[in-house]
Amino acid sequence: MMSLTAVPLLIPLVMSFILLLARMQGIQLQRVLNLIVVTLLIIVSSVLVNNSLTGEYQIYLLGNWQAPFGIVLVLDQLSAMMLLITSILALGALWYAIKTKIDENGSHFHVLFQLQLFGLNGAFMAGDLFNLFVFFEVLLLASYGLILHGSGAQRTKASLHYVIINLIGSTLFLFAVGALYGILGTLNIADLANKIAILPAENQAVVAAAGLLLLVVFGIKAAMFPLYLWLPAAYANTSAPVAALFAIMTKVGIYSIIRVHGTLFNEDAGELAFYYLPWILALGLITLVLASLGVMAARGLREQVAYLVLASVATLLIGIGLNSPAALSATFYYLIHSTLIAGAMFLLADIIAKGRGALEDKFISAPSMPSAILVGSIFIFAAIAMTGMPPFSGFLGKLLILSAALDHAWFGVVFAVILISSLLLIIAMARSGSLLFYNTQTVTTETTQTGKPLNKSALMSVVGLLSAAVILVVFANPITDYTQQIAQQQFNSSNYIQAVLSATAITE
Amino acid sequence: MEWLIAITIGTLTTAGVYLTLRARTFPVVVGLTLLAYAVNVFLFAMGRLTIGQPGVIDAEALGYADPLPQALVLTAIVIAFAITAFLIVLALKSSGELGNDHVDGLTVDSDEEVTRLKGTNS
Repeated sequence: MMSLTAVPLLIPLVMSFILLLARMQGIQLQRVLNLIVVTLLIIVSSVLVNNSLTGEYQIYLLGNWQAPFGIVLVLDQLSAMMLLITSILALGALWYAIKTKIDENGSHFHVLFQLQLFGLNGAFMAGDLFNLFVFFEVLLLASYGLILHGSGAQRTKASLHYVIINLIGSTLFLFAVGALYGILGTLNIADLANKIAILPAENQAVVAAAGLLLLVVFGIKAAMFPLYLWLPAAYANTSAPVAALFAIMTKVGIYSIIRVHGTLFNEDAGELAFYYLPWILALGLITLVLASLGVMAARGLREQVAYLVLASVATLLIGIGLNSPAALSATFYYLIHSTLIAGAMFLLADIIAKGRGALEDKFISAPSMPSAILVGSIFIFAAIAMTGMPPFSGFLGKLLILSAALDHAWFGVVFAVILISSLLLIIAMARSGSLLFYNTQTVTTETTQTGKPLNKSALMSVVGLLSAAVILVVFANPITDYTQQIAQQQFNSSNYIQAVLSATAITE
Repeated sequence: MEWLIAITIGTLTTAGVYLTLRARTFPVVVGLTLLAYAVNVFLFAMGRLTIGQPGVIDAEALGYADPLPQALVLTAIVIAFAITAFLIVLALKSSGELGNDHVDGLTVDSDEEVTRLKGTNS
């Protein structure tokens, strides 16, 4: 039987090579092929999400070697959901890149784009720590190329920081992997969890240290305080479709924390059970405070959106830190929402920057931009969704997280921080919206350099991604049912362990 | 032998961390390389140190050296090598575009400011 499980990995890997060859036939062919492939990925991931609804773990043993001896790809409901979000976001970013011709600014945009998807999909399906590291490196290398796509001194400077901090992160990842292997003698996540459950007390300190080292690594990816300083500059200075695609990159860190820490240090882990949670909750709260201050202080719209991404990541960290099935379910709901809306916001910020001409996205009063009413309406819509005001999905996501926090010992702090930071976000977005769209100057002849007219077909991808805010509310009931299932599956990590270790090799 | 390996890893890491915290790109690149060396030796040692054992199981020998860390180290070396090469090119590009080799990419103004301040001090 042909298994679909490995397909989300194979398609982007093979296509990246084909796209490299297709370059000889011109960029038009690359564009068409890339669009077809991303659409195909959406279809495949939808099928996989549908297959995962039964709660079955879809496991693929590479080279037919049984876990924990061979490399194993695990696709459960969480992985399937992440694959689907990634491919939808990729379609939006790709459409925008093609319609604005941003992909022509450098050589290998489409190839790197597919390699990036390969790394992302691999990270979401890796069943052992070392392959998680390898896929991290694949997606990072592709992202180094993409973040530099186009040019500009500011972009180079921000990219240099991004590359160096991620290189340090990779080194720390290897130290953690080495320490875990040295003590436990395995790297398969399921097998590690079993070994940690029977760990002698004298080795617990080393494993605990390695676990926190992994938290630092994932914290760099997720941009958790105090490791977030690279994010605003890197995201604000890169090209818009790349920034939109990178909305999923911070979620890779979130996913890894849920997957690795949630499985390794589950309730069977004795002394080490959930020992990392106070760190995540406290750091998430601090990140949220600093992110909302950053949103208030931003001097340009793209920088502001980058801080909004940071705020959404912080909210997700709080959701993980609350550690209950209800909180985790709310986290997943908010994750879908924040990824797609943040992607749309980056694209919209670019449209606004192009429309304003020389002033770009700086918060300085300027003459009214072309099609200001249409763009302004979409901006209001996006801002409402992003800051978490009713009636859109951001509000529902935050509400779910807050209601899950009611039973937690820290609920006062969590409520205060989330609500006050939401207020700050709303004030900041209202201010920037009114500055960009209302507080415009009358056109004087010599000072103005009028921006480009609105690119309607590029706006399509913003509208498409933003429609998620409506869809998530209209279909809130089935979607929250699904996220609750995911959360249940994630909490019963013993099922995951059993499914991975009992997967049998295919015999002909 | 354990002491020697431990001291080597410690020295490499210390030097690597120190150099990574420098302000110019060249020491940072060297520092990251040293850190990569340290982690490679560390990973290698995590399979325990053995002498004169076959790499994979041999019917004649009494034990075997753990082959997994060796495979991991090979992968890690290749990845670190590729990314270091990329980082060097990026550092060159950044020094070309920003006009200096500071990691924080000082602008021309701030560079002049530094020289001016140094001039008044001396």
